[in-house]
Amino acid sequence: MSFHTNKYYYGDYGEAKNGAADISAKGSAKEEWPLWEIFIRSKQGLDHKHVGSLHAADAAMAIENARDVYTRRMEGVSIWAVESKYIHASNPDEAGALYDPANDKVYRHPTFYDLPDEVKYM
Amino acid sequence: MEKTSEAFFQDKIDREIRIEPKDWMPEKYRQTLIRQISQHAHSEIIGMLPEGNWITRAPSLRRKAILLAKVQDEAGHGLYLYSAAETLGISRDEMYEQLHSGRAKYSSIFNYPTLSWADIGVIGWLVDGAAIMNQVPLCRSSFGPYARAMVRVCKEESFHQRQGFEILLTLSRGTEAQRSMAQDAINRWWWPSIMMFGPKDDESPNSVQSMKWKIKRFSNDELRQKFIDVTAEQVKVLGFTLPDPNLKWNKARGHYDYGAINWDEFWQVIQGNGPCNKERLEARKKAWEEGEWVRAAASAYTTKKNKRNTTVAA
Ligand SMILES: [Fe+2]
Ligand SMILES: [Fe+2]
Repeated sequence: MSFHTNKYYYGDYGEAKNGAADISAKGSAKEEWPLWEIFIRSKQGLDHKHVGSLHAADAAMAIENARDVYTRRMEGVSIWAVESKYIHASNPDEAGALYDPANDKVYRHPTFYDLPDEVKYM
Repeated sequence: MEKTSEAFFQDKIDREIRIEPKDWMPEKYRQTLIRQISQHAHSEIIGMLPEGNWITRAPSLRRKAILLAKVQDEAGHGLYLYSAAETLGISRDEMYEQLHSGRAKYSSIFNYPTLSWADIGVIGWLVDGAAIMNQVPLCRSSFGPYARAMVRVCKEESFHQRQGFEILLTLSRGTEAQRSMAQDAINRWWWPSIMMFGPKDDESPNSVQSMKWKIKRFSNDELRQKFIDVTAEQVKVLGFTLPDPNLKWNKARGHYDYGAINWDEFWQVIQGNGPCNKERLEARKKAWEEGEWVRAAASAYTTKKNKRNTTVAA
């Protein structure tokens, strides 16, 4: 399949006219600091939310860097840093099989039940 | 089997469902995005250099604090984008290597020098302004991590443009020397700024594929026209002019007409022959090489600490 990207985004000059040469991922990370996933609680009472990732040598540095990278405008009151290799994710290819059984259990939702109008506050 | 995945993928795109890193995607989609996101990241990082040049010489403490904050934001933008690219399977070191070896490109605009304080105003107004035009549609990119990074970037960009305009507004109310310094900066940056949108639409074959994948939403010329229309009005507030004798409102088109762009200059700059290409890359390489011992020391410290912890635990 061959095509040309016509749109040039900020610094990306496509493949033509000595634009980027072959830029492919070979996965050769030499001695990179490990990658950490950063979660931020934006306000007391709310849960932590994933905001992105960064590299750091250890957990203390990850939290310090996360403060500079992700909370320059008071976006958070608490930071979690988890080394990315410890995150286990469900497989998107199995999403169907994983969530399908929930689909036919509509009786788990309150709207499934028909009640007379006279019943209030339920 | 392949065909089913491809059709399933395209169906998600058509229904505006975002693609996430672990989802199946065509190899070409992955590569196009790695290239696009990493070069965007490089642009943010290289983009700190022309402005960083003026941090120590900002005319007041207020301006210095603002410029520092802006340049720090650009570092943040680079970092959000590098980590978005990493979700596609390329490592940070590889991206740096591509930048330092000259294989990867970055925005042509950052290869021009910042000669006076007014340049800092013009960069905020024109360069960040053009970047915003380019970046807003990217908040709806079909690739989730890229779109999310761009939402964050766009939120931070508008202060960049405003602080630049404010610098120029102040100069426009200043002495004759200040006014002519500002006009000179506008004259030098105008054409490179509108080149930032990339070549004319008819310069390269139309990309059906990247439209279809919703990597591309507007053409270069559409965005450039929009930028020129907006800027031609803003410059009136400053009482300065844009250096294009052919810039004229075209009532029939409902847009400003503008003069011919020097594409030869554009390609020269992209290919490494701009006024500052060498200087910029040298600065990045120097920072990388001189930081080597710091990276190594931090890693060594962590290894040592971990070893001590395991010994204590055992
Ligand atoms: Fe930026
Ligand atoms: Fe900016």
